[in-house]
Amino acid sequence: MGKIQSFFKTYLLIELVKGLALTGRYMFARKITVQFPEEKTPQSFRFRGLHAQRRYANGEERCIACKLCEAVCPSLAINIEVAQREDGTRRTTRYDIDLVKCIYCGFCEESCPVDAIVETRNFEYHGESRSDLFYTKSMLLAVGDRCEEQIARDRAADAKYR
Amino acid sequence: MMTELLQTLQNLLGPAWVPVWTAVKIVAIVVPIMLSVAYLTLAERWVIGWVQVRIGPNRVGPLGLLQPLADGVKLLLKEIVIPTGANKFLFVLAPVLTLLPALVAWAVIPFSPEIVLANVDAGLLFILAVTSVGVYGIILAGWASNSKYAFLGALRSAAQIVSYEIAMGFALVTVLMAAGSLNLGDIVKGQQGAGALSWYWIPLFPMFIVYFLSGVAETNRAPFDMAEGESEIVAGFHVEYSGMAFALFFLAEYANMILIAFLTALMFLGGWLSPVPFLPDSFLWLLAKAGFFLFVFLWFRATFPRYRYDQLMRLGWKVFIPVSLIWVVVVGLWMQTPLWLW
Repeated sequence: MGKIQSFFKTYLLIELVKGLALTGRYMFARKITVQFPEEKTPQSFRFRGLHAQRRYANGEERCIACKLCEAVCPSLAINIEVAQREDGTRRTTRYDIDLVKCIYCGFCEESCPVDAIVETRNFEYHGESRSDLFYTKSMLLAVGDRCEEQIARDRAADAKYR
Repeated sequence: MMTELLQTLQNLLGPAWVPVWTAVKIVAIVVPIMLSVAYLTLAERWVIGWVQVRIGPNRVGPLGLLQPLADGVKLLLKEIVIPTGANKFLFVLAPVLTLLPALVAWAVIPFSPEIVLANVDAGLLFILAVTSVGVYGIILAGWASNSKYAFLGALRSAAQIVSYEIAMGFALVTVLMAAGSLNLGDIVKGQQGAGALSWYWIPLFPMFIVYFLSGVAETNRAPFDMAEGESEIVAGFHVEYSGMAFALFFLAEYANMILIAFLTALMFLGGWLSPVPFLPDSFLWLLAKAGFFLFVFLWFRATFPRYRYDQLMRLGWKVFIPVSLIWVVVVGLWMQTPLWLW
C-alpha cells in the first residue's frame, strides 16, 4: 500500500506542485524591500555609527584627555597625545580614530566620563582611500558640530535607561 | 500597396531578390528573438525577486526597463580574457557554436499558418538535429578553456543532454504519431477542432510533461543546471569566459529557452489556435502560450534546488525514458481503437 502511495506521489509530482504553489503565493506577497536612498529603516537612539567629538554649549571641547577610550578600545583604533593648555587645563593635542580599525563596539562612548567621544547615527560616510577614513581631532569636532542637535537628543532619550 | 512595392523591388533586384528577401525575413525573426532574450533576463530577475519577496531591478530607466541595455553595454565593453593554456581557436569558436544552432532552429518554427521562414516537411527532425549541435559548443568551451571546473561542467552537460535527448525524442515520436506529420505547421493544423480539447496535451499529457521537463534539462536551466552549478563547479563550462564571449552563451541559453517554450506551445498546446471556438486563431495565442512556458521556466528556477548528479541521471534514464517508451506503446494501441478522438 505504501509503495503504491509513494508511486502516485512521485509520478503525479505532488511535492513539486506544492513547492510551486508556495513560491507562487509568495510572488504576490507584499514586498519587503527597503529602497535605500529614498526609504530608510528605523534607527535606535543607541545606533553606533560615525564618531564625533562634542563641545559644551560655550564652545569649549569636552574632552579632558583622560585616555580611558584609548585604553578600552579593543582594536587599538584610538590614538591620543596630551599637553597642558595655557589656561592650565589638560587637553589633547592629537585625537585620531582609525575608522578602518574601529569595530564600532561603542566602548569609547561608554567609558567617556564627560560624554566627549560619541557615535552618531551616520552610517553612510565613505572614503576613497584608507587615509580618508583616518579621522583626526578637527574632523571629529566638525562632525560633532554638525550633528550636535541629534547627539543631544539621543543622549537625552537614553538617559532614563542608565 | 505592399505587394506592389515588393513586386517593384523584385524586378529591380532581379536574381539577387531571393537572398535579399530571405535575409530580410531572417532579420525579422532574429531581431525580435534577441529583444525577447534581453527582456527575458529582466523578467527572470523580476520573477525571482517577487518570489523572494523583493522588488527586483527598478533603477535603470522607468521600472528598470533599460536594465537589459545597461547589462548589454557592460558586457560589450568588457575585455575578453583568453587564458594562456586555452586553445584559442576552439575557445573563440565555442560560444558561436552554441548560439548558432539556437538561432538556426527558428527557421522552421511556424508563427501562423502562412508565416514560416522555411516550410520544411521534416521540421521536427531538423529541430532535433540542430538543437543537438548546441552541446558541442558547451563541450568545446569546457575543453578549450583548459580549466578543471570548465571541463567538469562540459562533461556533466554532455552526459545530461545526451540522456535527456532520448526522452525528448520519444515524447516527439508520440506527437508525430498523433499528427501523422513531421511538419510543424501540419502538427498544429492536426490539433484544429474543438478548441483546447483537441490539442495534443490531453491524450499525450505525460509526454507533455516529459517533453517540457526534458526541455528544461536540455537548456541547462535550474533545477537541471548541473553544467553551471555555481555552488560546486563555480560556473561550469563558461568560467573562463568574459565580456561578449560570455554574453553569447547567455544569449544561446535564453534563445534555447524561448525555442523550447515555442515548441511546447506548438506541439502540445495548439500553437496559434484559439482555446475557445468563438475567438479567432491568432499569433497572439502562440505568444501567450510560449510566454506562459517561459514564466514556468523562471518559476522553476525560483522554486527548486539543483538536482544531485546521480538523481539527474536516475530521473532521465529510469523515469523519463521508461515512461515515454510506455506511452509510445499506449498511444499506438489507443490510435487503433475508436476511442482516439484527436
